Amino acid sequence: MAAKTLSIDGKPITAEEGATVLQAAQEAGIKIPTLCHLDGIYDVGACRLCLVEVAGVPKLLPACTTKVAEGMEVKTTSERLRKYRRMTLELLFAERNHVCSSCVANGHCELQTLGYSLGMDHVRYDYLFPKWAVDTTHRLFGMDHNRCILCTRCVRVCWHIEGAGTKNVSGRGTKSHIITDLNQPWGESDSCTQCGKCVQACPTGALFHKGSTVGEMERDRGKLEFIVTAREKQQWIAAD
Amino acid sequence: MSKRIVIDPVTRIEGHAKISIFLDDAGNVSDAEFHVVEFRGFEKFCEGRPFSEMPGITQRICGICPVSHTLASAKAGDALMAVNIPPAADKLRRLMNLGQMVQSHALSFFHLSAPDFLLGWDTPPAQRNVFGIIAANKELARAGIRLRQFGQEIIEILGDRKIHPSWAVPGGVRSPLTVEGRERIRLWLPEAFATTDVALDLFKKTLETHQREVQIFGNFPSLFLGLVAEDGTWEHHGGKLRFTDSSGSIIADQVDPQKYFEVIGESVQTSSYLKSPYYLPLGFPAGIYRVGPLARLNVCKRMGVPKADAELKSFKKLGRGAVTSSFLYHYARLIEILASLEYIERYMDDPEILSDYLRADAGINNLRGVGVSEAPRGTLFHDYTVDRNGLLQKVNLIVATGQNNLAMNQTVAQIARHYVRGNEIPEPLLNRVEHGIRCYDPCLSCSTHAVGQMPLQVRLIGADGSILNEVTRG
Ligand code: SF4
Ligand code: SF4
Ligand code: FES
Repeated sequence: MAAKTLSIDGKPITAEEGATVLQAAQEAGIKIPTLCHLDGIYDVGACRLCLVEVAGVPKLLPACTTKVAEGMEVKTTSERLRKYRRMTLELLFAERNHVCSSCVANGHCELQTLGYSLGMDHVRYDYLFPKWAVDTTHRLFGMDHNRCILCTRCVRVCWHIEGAGTKNVSGRGTKSHIITDLNQPWGESDSCTQCGKCVQACPTGALFHKGSTVGEMERDRGKLEFIVTAREKQQWIAAD
Repeated sequence: MSKRIVIDPVTRIEGHAKISIFLDDAGNVSDAEFHVVEFRGFEKFCEGRPFSEMPGITQRICGICPVSHTLASAKAGDALMAVNIPPAADKLRRLMNLGQMVQSHALSFFHLSAPDFLLGWDTPPAQRNVFGIIAANKELARAGIRLRQFGQEIIEILGDRKIHPSWAVPGGVRSPLTVEGRERIRLWLPEAFATTDVALDLFKKTLETHQREVQIFGNFPSLFLGLVAEDGTWEHHGGKLRFTDSSGSIIADQVDPQKYFEVIGESVQTSSYLKSPYYLPLGFPAGIYRVGPLARLNVCKRMGVPKADAELKSFKKLGRGAVTSSFLYHYARLIEILASLEYIERYMDDPEILSDYLRADAGINNLRGVGVSEAPRGTLFHDYTVDRNGLLQKVNLIVATGQNNLAMNQTVAQIARHYVRGNEIPEPLLNRVEHGIRCYDPCLSCSTHAVGQMPLQVRLIGADGSILNEVTRG
């Protein structure tokens, strides 16, 4: 496969054709904030946190779905990017009900961590305070829509790693939400294999092991990578 | 129409509480009301949440006694799951509760109350605080601060709040006590005992010169409620409910905490934000009862540990039947510190205390579960009703300050009767009313206003409802 040469933050980089800017940056040790990206599953560019500047392109582009090109000049940090990333985060917080201090993911939440690292000390938008329910009908897992950021990681692992196809997105705009099967309680789903991959994939406290108490949801993402590596490369090696 | 005096402490954090003193037409105090802002909204806020989150959520109710709420909440969770938690988990929860008793009682005694009776009631407020004590008796102040730290240290060793914001959870606890943790606790014990001895001596001397306070700071007949073991021994986290009356007779015993509503009614007064619980068979307001250290010592037969048992004997001599003066809450608090230290000491030599078998697991097996624990300030009830998926449908919390509300009213009225003359609002009244409330160590941010005094606003309202006089302080 042909190699492409490009520069990220002024650093000359060689990446395989077909690689994304995010992959190229990761390989070069350059960190770009992400939320909907999860190693092992395909990207959809849903969260817009990984936005980067590309010379000659007026729009900001998501690093996770933009392929590398010869001679590309990418910038991963700038005042403009910081502003957009913060705004995106604030909108995520304003859209649902996030009470970190009593959340099962407190201390282990990717959204919360990004909030800290991007210096989000307050939200400038009015909170929507929507009324979302908690679904604890499943024997093992629970889903709290109040904390869902619609990254669709759970949907993608469910369809493309487990192959069950239980999870889906329903509704539009602020009414969008994750459903199981034909929008029925999770506990009544026929297709759910109870594998728990979605719970491992979720970046926030939206999906959790039933009975989890505050700050108790720590995920083991290595498990997902392990499965993907095993399937694609026939190598059963634990990710560290 | 009668006259009304309003004392309004404006708190810095959680809104405000206020006191109204009612005068009859002759200008004599007929009654008083101490209004407290409470968390009825909180109970609503929890609805729809999974019960497993409750120990974490409820400890945010109040920054002053989060440990008590999280313990009661975890117990309510046990009841919903219908599990017996592993024995070591029960012991560790108790150990934490004992630490909470020590730290909370030490704060109440040394920081908040002692300045009044050690330095004198009418010492200027600027000195009548913990700094005044430091100036007058550096050793004592330091010892008191360290005793509180000891209690806090136990809580921290067990719960490490940075890692486990909710350590006590439905089914047990989340992490064990380590050997190092145990040794740290053990090392503190001799000093903690010594401080408690000094405080007990000091309080007994205080009693000799404070008979007037014993008489007028909330000395009236009432019922008392507390948890006791099956044989009547003092309890703080297990056992069953017992009510005694002011003659010391047991009027209800071994009531299953799950059925508390068969003996406790809750009256909601429009004039107050607080629900006023009462002993159901006697009705409201005849069923007024007190909770907390004074009540626990009145309802129990023994402490179950030798040093505190010896003290309990002298305590019981202060009353005919029950000890009825709320000024003696202070004494009861010190005896409970002593008992807590003795129980903590026992746990240090308990081989099971280091066990890491700490959590029972189960789904929902009861749709209603009640968790009762003795908070330092009194019996605390968490009553949860869930659907079969464990989502909360109804939450009822009964807190110590609510249960003591009627007694606090009576205490304020009794003190006011001695100090209100005409339309004057004398400074001695403010100081003593403030202390009368402090006897109950209510869980208000104003009551833990350690530096300086409670902010008070006093209003004298005439028979026609007009304000005759007003004093604002703090
Ligand atoms: S999901 Fe994350 S951001 Fe949302 S409440 Fe939980 S910890 Fe906070
Ligand atoms: S449930 Fe979790 S993984 Fe699924 S969309 Fe919501 S935040 Fe993402
Ligand atoms: S990580 Fe690229 S859009 Fe979410």
